[in-house]
Amino acid sequence: MASTIQCDIVSAESEIFSGEASMVVVSGEEGELGIAPRHAPLLTRIKPGQVRVMLPDGGEEFYYVSGGMLEVQPHVVTVLADTAARAADLDEAAAVKAKEEARRALVDRTADMGMAEAQAQLAEAVAQLAALERLREKLKH
Amino acid sequence: MSGSKEIVGQIKSIKNTRKVTSALEMVSASKIRKAQDRMQESRPYARMIRQVTGHLAHANPDYKHPFMQERDEVKHVGYVIISSDRGLCGGLNNNLFRKLLARFREHQEAGQDVSLVLIGRKAQQFFKRIRIEIAATVEDLGEQPQLEQLIGAIKIMLDGYRDGSLDRIHLCYNHFINTMTQRVRIDNLLPLPPATDEPMLQYWDYIYEPDAESLLDDLLVRYIESLVYNATLENLASEHAARMVAMKNASDNANNLIDELNLAYNKARQAAITQEISEIVSGAGAV
Repeated sequence: MASTIQCDIVSAESEIFSGEASMVVVSGEEGELGIAPRHAPLLTRIKPGQVRVMLPDGGEEFYYVSGGMLEVQPHVVTVLADTAARAADLDEAAAVKAKEEARRALVDRTADMGMAEAQAQLAEAVAQLAALERLREKLKH
Repeated sequence: MSGSKEIVGQIKSIKNTRKVTSALEMVSASKIRKAQDRMQESRPYARMIRQVTGHLAHANPDYKHPFMQERDEVKHVGYVIISSDRGLCGGLNNNLFRKLLARFREHQEAGQDVSLVLIGRKAQQFFKRIRIEIAATVEDLGEQPQLEQLIGAIKIMLDGYRDGSLDRIHLCYNHFINTMTQRVRIDNLLPLPPATDEPMLQYWDYIYEPDAESLLDDLLVRYIESLVYNATLENLASEHAARMVAMKNASDNANNLIDELNLAYNKARQAAITQEISEIVSGAGAV
């Protein structure tokens, strides 16, 4: 009879915690959740806050997450943590910023070049690279 | 001694160049490791999300998320293009751009619109010269790209897909195979390929709080973000690998050139000495 549950806290950028726990406490979107081994499968969003992992030896670990998802299966708890604060308006602001950057970059769009010209320029660059390669080969001998 | 002075100058300048290239080579060599570690670290997240979404798709076969639906008619195609911020990395970016241009031409012939999201300064410099719609750009990702920096640009693409102004989205980057090999990859980002996980042995389902649809939506957005983020890291590792190889070649070339110039210098010196001796001898003979 296992009295522990595997707990993984991962974010897109790194693995934050992975190990056995006797209980995991998370603030879910609809309320505090204490997840003990053999919890029913559950999927929910979590609110920004602490994730408390109670270790089998009686110790505790705290992690701060700025939101994310919680997945529970009878023997595994997975916290998919967000690395950034997420909210609809924040995301929108980021999108506007990216668009703005594109517009700024295009202001100095010097010549409206056709696809053919671009390809020609590219071919030139590639030819230069090939020439360098040949030169290198020649120098070797 | 004509020419030997210039040769000395040339040797000196090539030696300086070699210092730069070999320094760049070493810097890139050390950065590859870190970039690879970061690639490893970002994998569990994508894997877990993939599992959960796969399960969700199985558990709710009647609910089809728009991101998973194949569209019959493709009129507008979006590309998320990941390039490096800096040059001096061999043909890395150019290979990618060349492949893309060929594809864009195909789209043009098929009467499809193309819209781009550019990540990295090199892509921006290249594609802004072409008559193609650029929806968003991101640059200056640095050595430690943050997911946060990409959210906005990805959202523009996803919104476009949701409201029907894009029918298909591709993700293009350099896939890191090993230090010597990087391969251009053009992946389908949307619609998401159907989950091909092993069929569920027994039926069970999650308790959803609040409901499956909105959770699935959130998960898919994060999944796509993590895919793009992963690709960014792959491209970063590829960039360093390509730069290391390019700079190693440059250093080797510099070495060869220095050897040749040294030879030329010695020959010139020898010739000058011989000439001097023969002048002295003939002078002595005249006396």
